[in-house]
Amino acid sequence: MRNARPETGGFFQRQRNWHPPAFAPGYKSTVVRSPQRAPVSFGNTLSEITGPVFGRAMLGELDNDLTLNYAKPGQSAIGPRIVVYGQVLDERARPVPNVLVEFWQANAGGRYRHKKDGYLAPLDPNFGGCGRTITDEDGNYSFLTIQPGAYPWPNGINDWRPAHIHFAIFGHGFVQRLITQMYFEGDPMIWQCPIVRTIPDKRAIETLIAVLDMEATVPMDARAYKFDIVLRGRRSTMFENKLEGN
Amino acid sequence: MAQSLTRLKETPSQTAGPYVHIGLTPNICEISGVYPEDLGTRMVDDKTKGERITVKMRVFDGTGSVIKDALIEIWQADADGLYNSPSEPRGKADPNFTGWGRQASDSETGVFTFETIKPGRVPFPDGRPQAPHISLWIVARGINLGLQTRMYFGDEEKANAEDPVLTRLEHQSRVPTLVAPRDGDTYTFDIHLQGEKETVFFDV
Repeated sequence: MRNARPETGGFFQRQRNWHPPAFAPGYKSTVVRSPQRAPVSFGNTLSEITGPVFGRAMLGELDNDLTLNYAKPGQSAIGPRIVVYGQVLDERARPVPNVLVEFWQANAGGRYRHKKDGYLAPLDPNFGGCGRTITDEDGNYSFLTIQPGAYPWPNGINDWRPAHIHFAIFGHGFVQRLITQMYFEGDPMIWQCPIVRTIPDKRAIETLIAVLDMEATVPMDARAYKFDIVLRGRRSTMFENKLEGN
Repeated sequence: MAQSLTRLKETPSQTAGPYVHIGLTPNICEISGVYPEDLGTRMVDDKTKGERITVKMRVFDGTGSVIKDALIEIWQADADGLYNSPSEPRGKADPNFTGWGRQASDSETGVFTFETIKPGRVPFPDGRPQAPHISLWIVARGINLGLQTRMYFGDEEKANAEDPVLTRLEHQSRVPTLVAPRDGDTYTFDIHLQGEKETVFFDV
């Protein structure tokens, strides 16, 4: 741990047109779950700027290994083994350390371990589907998992989710909280998906597509996908002003 | 052409989906043994300072139906109005209070139950005290970007009447959507995503 002044600056205004709008009728579930009135804005107070800290001490040895963290002793999850890694940055392009990154996903057949998922693809007895880690001092994270499958879902009569991994990211302030999904480079299903298409800007969608990285691949073991994440940036405060500038 | 700002764009949000509990509260959806307990389950211990309260929340969709697949996280100050956070510049918060809670609702009733303490007052940037409040973050299937709002306390009429956020709402008739009535030690906060009683959400 480095000694550092606490960060107390407010966050940059969220660019809401870069995010999907609340009401996006192609994704039918949004229709009755979308607020219709304008959200109210005010300058950040400490209630927005502050947030909890999660220490590495809480992590279990297998928390970032979904191939093993639910598997019986001596067994592992079925599916293409992949490493997912990346860096958490803020909008000022600064690495964000000590970020809790949580992830969950379907198994290799596209089935979630959840009583409400009735897809006919089988459960994998050795795959639970959740994991977590905390970014290091340079904002880096990584985990080992199996590549999830695509699956059909009730929206239109033939809508399918592309293979994806859900991410929940906890930055340093409560209003930096972000939940999103990672997709895989080259998957033609991405552009068909009504949930993906809630995002209005193609360039924004492209930032959710992880890129295959053969150099980070573990030979004879697991391919690697890089997925960087950008959280809201915060203003620098007087405390942070350095002689060399910010 | 001018120089360019070296700024990145925030990663766009996607819905938490119907299976958010697999990732964030696996122990309540029969994925046990991965984590010893779900994060955010316990906010207080027997040494926590302050008045113990229970907060019960429900989320309603635009048809008036209770949503049963949402997840709510809350963040609040301790009894003295201090946040348990490195970004808290005013002093050290109660080490026996996390300030952060995460719950799934009961799968049958849709009720979220938080066991916490009543927070103290936190200043607005101009120094005026805000009324005691709890910040919320709500995610679910059909919610594309996590919803931010606040819960205020029904028995704090005086503080609420001078709160810098509540008093700036253009439509004062909507203030009650942010105020939870008290009954004994329990506050009940109903969140309406849409309709006549739509809760005030924030873009902050």
